[in-house]
Amino acid sequence: MRKSMTKWFWAWDFDKEEEWLEEMARNGWALDGVSFCRYHFIKTEPGEYTVRLQYLPMGEETGDYASLMEESGAERVGRMVQWVYYRSKTANGPFELFSDLDSRINHLNKIASLMLIMAILNLVIGLINSRSPVCLGWINLVVVSLLTYGMGRIHGKKEALEKERRIRE
Amino acid sequence: MNETLALTESTYYILLSLYTPQHGYGIMQKAEQMSGGRVRLAAGTLYGALNALCDKGWIIQLPVESGSRKKEYKLTEKGLQVLQNELERLRQLVANGDSVLNKEEA
Repeated sequence: MRKSMTKWFWAWDFDKEEEWLEEMARNGWALDGVSFCRYHFIKTEPGEYTVRLQYLPMGEETGDYASLMEESGAERVGRMVQWVYYRSKTANGPFELFSDLDSRINHLNKIASLMLIMAILNLVIGLINSRSPVCLGWINLVVVSLLTYGMGRIHGKKEALEKERRIRE
Repeated sequence: MNETLALTESTYYILLSLYTPQHGYGIMQKAEQMSGGRVRLAAGTLYGALNALCDKGWIIQLPVESGSRKKEYKLTEKGLQVLQNELERLRQLVANGDSVLNKEEA
């Protein structure tokens, strides 16, 4: 049995997205595919799978990384733009993508860098648009505000990890 | 970067595992086995660390053999030196911990 659900998560809420997917898996619905705002599930035993997602730009998803994932027992469920979804049988033991604070902080840094680039681009385009008679510049400025908020949220998560990192790994 | 700084546990075990050439999954298994199951390197963490260690020149990627799609890595002379310095530092940590905490028993 299969089912699909539509749901929207902001990129800075990827941990909430992961929590939701984990809850679905605990209830016996393992992620089986992703498309734009759509999550496809397959019926399994409750808690049969653990689900994780990672910000992984296309170029960084090398064959080497893919085979490392495969060998450690994880299955690649799909990709949505810059995000890759994995699942692993819970019976294989705990499944994590990162095992120390440094790599978690690094993951957040990568997300924040993309947001910064997008915000700067939108700001520039917004300024150019504001001179045009059609007045579309406000759309870009809304995007810039959203991204700025997102960067703040990512920064908050990063700070919590960095505080921890000051005393342990 | 000051290279007398402490290594992270992940880095330490990756370097130690690469005393003999290993591919990625081999490193995970070796680290887990050496630490009695305590250190489980996750794929994302390991992959990032391997790239960073190659950049530093502490490990190198071996030429990929035909027929194999997996890259193997090996410790370099520089990496071995780093590992030996770390071992010295750790010995001192253990000795100091022992001398303070076990003072009453002695």
